[in-house]
Amino acid sequence: MTGRSLTLKALALGLVVFASPVLPVAADTTGKASIEDFSKILIGGTDVSQTTLDNGLQVIVIPDRRAPIVTHMVWYRVGAADEDPGKSGLAHFLEHLMFKGTKNTPEGEFSNMVAQVGGQENAFTSQDYTAYYQQVAKEHLEMVMGYEADRMANLLLTDNQINPERDVVLEERSQRVDRSPAARLSETFDQVLFPNSPYGTPVIGWKDEIQALDKDDAIAFYDKYYTPNNAILIVAGDVTAEDVLRLANETYGKVEQRADPGSRDRPHVQIVPGDREVSLQSDQVAQARLQHGWVVPSTTTALPHESEALEVLSDILGGGANSRLYRALVVDDGVATSAGAWYQSTALDDTRFILYASPKDGVELDDLEDKALSIVNDVLENGVTAEEVDRSKRSLLASAIYAQDKQDVLARIFGTALTTGGSVEQVQTWPARVAQVTPDQVRAVAQKYLSETSVASYLMPAATPETVE
Amino acid sequence: MKAKVLTVAPASASRLTASLLALFALTLLFVASFAQSSQAIEIQEVKSPNGITAWLVEDYTVPIIALNFAFAGGNSQDPDAKLGVTNLLSTMLDEGAGDLDSEAFQARLEDLTMSLSFQAGRDFFYGSFQSLQSNKDHTFEMLRLALNEPRFDDGPLERMKAQTIAGIRRSLLRPDALAGLTLSKTLFPDHPYGRPSQGTEDTVATLTSDDLKAQRAKIFAKDNLKIGVVGAISADELAEVLDKVFSDLPETGDLVDIPDVEPVTDQDVHVDFDSPQTSIQFALPGYERHDPKFMPAFVMNHIFGGGTFSSWLYNEIREQRGLAYSVGSHLIPYEHTSLLMGSTGTRPDRAGEAVDIINQQMNRMTESGPTPAELEEAKSYLTGSYALNFDSSSSIARQLTGIQVQELGIDYIDKRNGMVEAVTLEEVQDVAKDLFDGKEPTFVTVGQPES
Repeated sequence: MTGRSLTLKALALGLVVFASPVLPVAADTTGKASIEDFSKILIGGTDVSQTTLDNGLQVIVIPDRRAPIVTHMVWYRVGAADEDPGKSGLAHFLEHLMFKGTKNTPEGEFSNMVAQVGGQENAFTSQDYTAYYQQVAKEHLEMVMGYEADRMANLLLTDNQINPERDVVLEERSQRVDRSPAARLSETFDQVLFPNSPYGTPVIGWKDEIQALDKDDAIAFYDKYYTPNNAILIVAGDVTAEDVLRLANETYGKVEQRADPGSRDRPHVQIVPGDREVSLQSDQVAQARLQHGWVVPSTTTALPHESEALEVLSDILGGGANSRLYRALVVDDGVATSAGAWYQSTALDDTRFILYASPKDGVELDDLEDKALSIVNDVLENGVTAEEVDRSKRSLLASAIYAQDKQDVLARIFGTALTTGGSVEQVQTWPARVAQVTPDQVRAVAQKYLSETSVASYLMPAATPETVE
Repeated sequence: MKAKVLTVAPASASRLTASLLALFALTLLFVASFAQSSQAIEIQEVKSPNGITAWLVEDYTVPIIALNFAFAGGNSQDPDAKLGVTNLLSTMLDEGAGDLDSEAFQARLEDLTMSLSFQAGRDFFYGSFQSLQSNKDHTFEMLRLALNEPRFDDGPLERMKAQTIAGIRRSLLRPDALAGLTLSKTLFPDHPYGRPSQGTEDTVATLTSDDLKAQRAKIFAKDNLKIGVVGAISADELAEVLDKVFSDLPETGDLVDIPDVEPVTDQDVHVDFDSPQTSIQFALPGYERHDPKFMPAFVMNHIFGGGTFSSWLYNEIREQRGLAYSVGSHLIPYEHTSLLMGSTGTRPDRAGEAVDIINQQMNRMTESGPTPAELEEAKSYLTGSYALNFDSSSSIARQLTGIQVQELGIDYIDKRNGMVEAVTLEEVQDVAKDLFDGKEPTFVTVGQPES
């Protein structure tokens, strides 16, 4: 047996011995936390470091000494939106195939080694990035770095591995999408919301295009994008930057640059004329659901302050039980069972702002839609209050403290930002920027972006015999 | 252990971190889906002047406090005519309390940047609380109000009933949820465990604030309360908080005795549902948590269908044949029964094949069992991964509560890996025979009729 036993006493000690890297946030006499104090928080703490190896691999270290555990992640700056037309699902399919072994390592060996030391592992793919991670006791960091560096350059695939894995992905598609009317309509919605942009194509891919993916597709994609100069190594946990850098040079440092993926210029989303509505009616829908979507800038494509103002706007409009949509539609008017809004801030290209609501029994979708849109219009015309902005800011900023409690969450925040055009500095100073948002800025982004025509989506139960004339 | 996970954080509670992480939920596709496992840690036992006990891990690294608690008595305590009342209670505690009506209470929760959530399990009622250190006096007062003085006003009650009913309707059209409901009903036809935990549309519609008050009085009591706390708070401070928040609760509750029950096996139930994927669930009797055979069975199940890329079910169903994206099994020790349960989903024309493979792997476990190397690898994983359950304040608080609920003892953390290490190949083979040999699982499939 290997030396995998973590002493939990050490863990308990670790929890009390180390000094606080997170500034306390004072509260006033009513218990409200100080926005001023929040604004000084650096996400990830003061010890976050970054460097770049000679082969172009970016290395980020986020020390967190509370438990003798590390989260090790490699992020590639490639996602589904970087696929060639007709090859949808390739980034995600390759993610699955990355577990099939290399010319140095038989299939299963890496996973078995991680399992034997009691580690957790997985991988994930989005439109803009693909990432692989393991969480292990810190003494096994070198081991996982060695294997992960190996599969950055030496993947070896056979058709015998490819064929069943393609079936697995097709079952994944069935499970996530094809058997769910809401998920199927959401694919239609994305197509219509993002004309000309790859964001309209589902990450998992269209069924017939998944079926046609083969070994050559996977290897070509791998050879183009999986190279140290297109990757980011993030290690969070009980480590020092010096140790990580030394280990990184011994492992990833030996991987040569395999390609130059070039800049990530994708076709831009177009705002096309005319009303755009999508709908799906099915006897597998229990409750109608309404959605409106607007194309808005991401943190990366926005002008200064806009992205933070959009975050505050989405929170005020639809971020929970105190939001305008919930209060008006669910609580006061009682016409909806749910209502809210959200904004996807991190994306390489322009992104989405979504409003949603589900009607109560007996309420027409059209009536609910009118009411929901009038709440948006009210913000466009009259803006939001300083009190609302402060409440939302506190809410958003508190998340910076709570995130500090989870090393894997921190690692993901940095990985997501760095693969979507952001920087370490931008991530760390996010609280300071949110703290500066003003009611005028919130109204300005609402007017600028939500005045555009939205794309509407209607998910509906099958008509009951009573209502069919 | 597995599946007896104390997931005490429904959507509303995760909002604070969700705002920073709005991005992740969207379009991430993982190579595999995992169930999470849950274990425990070593702690200070804090006893308040009024006799309330909690387990505490003090930690000032991040200026937050996480508190989890559980009352014995979950939705198995629902009267037949009031099915869903415990679940509804879990949605109503933050909908107004004391002088604060629903809107005022929700506004205050957000102003205090705290999170508060409740969940009804089969056997326990769980609560979860997270606060900044700096305003803890205010946030603990909100917890006290929610537990001691909930208002159950008509407006929010009607809203929560409407939301619950909408959820029930949706679940009846989701293959996995439908399979779960059908499996429970088939395994426990005449027992509270067989009933839908959220109730039915009809029963929920009739529930009143009096029903909620009665259920609260039945379950919320000091003699069946377990508390775990992690974070920036000292033992002395916590002792004061415990008295303030919990000591006005009644000494004892009024729980109905739930009889022990054996699951009904050897049933094959198919539910027709038009879907491109057939949902498959199966179950057999397992072991009660304190049964000496539980730990060998836990190790055996890890090899059979547990949560890594290496289990037999994962290998045979997914890796070799590409029949499914997710497949796995786990032990569920309820208070009055125990199960070994598994699930997968596959294309309709190969659902029969998937069922055959599950049965074959049970036979293989009975006849040849795992190799010594497989056993060592399983033990190595299970002992090594234990510490990963203690990586954040909220997850540790959850473990502290879970270990008390399961009455495993405050020294469990020191003993647990030793108990895994001590499992022998013979014990694994014995439990495999005991669980699988000559037993026919109950299978539920939801999907297109097999041709």
